[in-house]
Amino acid sequence: MARVVLVGNLAQVTGGVAEFDLSATSVQQLFRQLAELHPALEPHLETGVAVAIDGQIYQDALFAPIDEASEVFLLPQIAGGASWQRLDLRTAAARGRSFAR
Amino acid sequence: MAETNGHSQANGHSYVGTRQIRPDGVDKVTGRARFGADFNLPGQLIGRVLRSPHPHARIVSIDASKAEALPGVKAVITRDDFGDQPSEFIPAGEMMMNYKDVVRNVMAREKALYEGHAVAAVAATSVAIARRALKLIDVKYEVLPHVIDVVEAMRPDAPLLHDDLFTVGVEPKPQKPSNVAKRVEIKVGDVDAGFKKADLIVEREFKTAPVHQGYIEPHAAVASASEDGSVELWTTTQGHFIVRAHCARLLGLDMGKVRVTATEIGGGFGGKTVVYLEPLAIALSRKAKRPVKMVMSREEVFKASGPTSGATVRVKMGATRDGKFVAGFAELKYQAGAFQGSPVQPGTMCAYAPYDIENVHVIGYDVVSNRPKVAAYRAPGAPISEYAVESVVDEIAKKLGLDPIELRMMNAAREGTKAAYGPKFGPIGLEETLNSIKKTEHWNTPLRKWQGRGVASGFWFNIGGETSVSLTVNEDGTISLMAGTPDIGGLRAALTSVAADELGVPYEKIRPIIGDTGSLGFNFLTGGSRSAFSGSMAIVEAARQIKQELIARACKLWEAKPDQVEWKDGAVRPLGALGEKVKPMTIADFAKVSGKTGGPIGGSGRINAQGAGPSFGTHLVDLEVDPETGRTTILRYTVAQDAGRALHPAYVEGQYQGGAVQGIGWALNEEYIYGEDGKLQNAGFLDYRMPVASDVPMIDTVLVEVGNPKHPYGVRGVGETPIVPPLAAIANAMENATGVRFTELPMSPPKVLKALKDKGLNKA
Repeated sequence: MARVVLVGNLAQVTGGVAEFDLSATSVQQLFRQLAELHPALEPHLETGVAVAIDGQIYQDALFAPIDEASEVFLLPQIAGGASWQRLDLRTAAARGRSFAR
Repeated sequence: MAETNGHSQANGHSYVGTRQIRPDGVDKVTGRARFGADFNLPGQLIGRVLRSPHPHARIVSIDASKAEALPGVKAVITRDDFGDQPSEFIPAGEMMMNYKDVVRNVMAREKALYEGHAVAAVAATSVAIARRALKLIDVKYEVLPHVIDVVEAMRPDAPLLHDDLFTVGVEPKPQKPSNVAKRVEIKVGDVDAGFKKADLIVEREFKTAPVHQGYIEPHAAVASASEDGSVELWTTTQGHFIVRAHCARLLGLDMGKVRVTATEIGGGFGGKTVVYLEPLAIALSRKAKRPVKMVMSREEVFKASGPTSGATVRVKMGATRDGKFVAGFAELKYQAGAFQGSPVQPGTMCAYAPYDIENVHVIGYDVVSNRPKVAAYRAPGAPISEYAVESVVDEIAKKLGLDPIELRMMNAAREGTKAAYGPKFGPIGLEETLNSIKKTEHWNTPLRKWQGRGVASGFWFNIGGETSVSLTVNEDGTISLMAGTPDIGGLRAALTSVAADELGVPYEKIRPIIGDTGSLGFNFLTGGSRSAFSGSMAIVEAARQIKQELIARACKLWEAKPDQVEWKDGAVRPLGALGEKVKPMTIADFAKVSGKTGGPIGGSGRINAQGAGPSFGTHLVDLEVDPETGRTTILRYTVAQDAGRALHPAYVEGQYQGGAVQGIGWALNEEYIYGEDGKLQNAGFLDYRMPVASDVPMIDTVLVEVGNPKHPYGVRGVGETPIVPPLAAIANAMENATGVRFTELPMSPPKVLKALKDKGLNKA
């Protein structure tokens, strides 16, 4: 079982639970298992976290492998000199209304 | 002729690690290179922006009818020309943004939230007419109380910027809105237990001023919207794919119909990762049915484009008497500007990253105030928090009677250290940078009275990310290299070196360009110290595709099996007996017969680069304080930083030097100065004092190379770490020069003079 640790504010979403032992073999599986345990985590997992597997930080890498003995940290995404992530930008064109007075 | 730095040849590479001619150099020194403001289109109109004179005001009404009626005015836009956006967060680590805010930042809607906030824009046939038109736009404001300072903005009775902003990250959830957008936290171990083990505890509060990235080239864009709904845009940006996405989103366009070309860029440092003029230029062009060019004045750049946060930071560190750090606490309060999203999150993660400390607790607050929305600035958030920690580290060294480098060495993070933000580090080079600095002649040079020496270390994560490149073999065997991340710090030279080595062709036979959004797949922007790291990985992939293709074609031509040929030294070579029948074929040979053997030859690298290795640096500075004027002169400066592998050493050294100089400005002079009226008083380079060449000595550099095992050449990002250590290194040197611990930046002459007078050190 991989040891999974939530860093920062994520543990607030899980009611203070910050550490898990999970059988995930990839980031995709890890997210699925965490979302099943704590559905409120799901939106954060989809867009807002980086995953450090045995010290190596992965961003937006669903297929990154996780070993049984891996130590995994979920971190806030790190952009650095950057402001937006692509996944979110591909979504719909402008919606809504013009300014109404 | 390639000059080697000693290791390239040994590794079998000819160009990587050498100082090749810069592909963009000639055009830049001759003035031929086209930056954003140099670009023009036939029939273009001039766009200008009407900006709020108030730091905080409700916009009661906007009447543009007189401006629209002015001859020569072809379009006027206001908030009515932008559809509202839903509240939808766009998480990107430290710079959380919300499209609801983005649309309000490019054009004010309900309220103007800072002086300089865009309220309307016009397109006219001349600058004079555009200016006249702005004066004819009648905006009725209801002026509201404002707040600038981060601590004042956090007070319960502070003027409220957004009545729908409720602090996230606190329990129970607040019932009332406030200017505190978010509380974030990093926690490892037990700091209370750690402090109990400490023989020495040092606690200090620091304050840093908001500073601007200070790129020399202002924001500039030219847009041309067609009647068929397509748009072409030329802009100075760190990420034209990101610009495309934002503009498409804000204006309801299909991305496929928007083609964005990144012009040459005169500096960005994070500040050109967002949109300001681009959606306005497109909206004006769409309305006027003519191209529209917009360029910010320097005053507009200061007032309306993203500086970085001013901040208040409290640090408390505990150490044993032999110098082992046992606990670190920090509380960070960062200004976000008018909309939430300061870089406080990475500030919390970086604060103690250089050290192996068992117990760390860092709390951060993201606070809005009536200033322009902050944008990323080189290692966003890190210089502020690491400045505070590195200042306290120096004080601990002094109080324990330890050498500041030895103290850092004793506590330095190394391979296997659990970072203060959680995971373990792989191979890293902090110790090597400390050792390098200690070995310099600089470290051992004696100083005189009023001179001081300071040292500090710094850390930045670095990232990878989505990257597309292409390599095309031309008919004559030369190579066209296309990248999609704007070249700010030497990308073209670095990628060309890698491509030349991978393909075994001369460097000068490869011509690199930055492709537009229609020419390549998605590229994340140039930021996070990622472009050379990720781009070179993608180039390796593209080059390997070409080699595989040429091997396959050679096998067909020679009617051979793959094991009868090999790629070596830029050619497909026959092995064994086959060598007696056929001659090796170079890329140029294949180019001549490309049509007959299957068509054009090329390769593309399309990756989401992972494996970015963090970079650590250590800076050493000597300075002299004039006790009569309070002016500080930097006498000598040395940067040592781990590059993993320097693809182009001169450019890497340039990054180190540039970061140091920006840090010198941040430490000594730069600051946004606001009047009681909430208006910026120094929106120009005469009054916002950035260092110029004559203010600084030659910045010496030491290239430390602890290879990143996750990169084919060992590369680490290098662009951001160099701005992290200077603030503390200079503050530490100031303390050594004057005996005064300065805890507020900038350490400008008036502040220094006052401090010296207070201590009785100035007799004037």
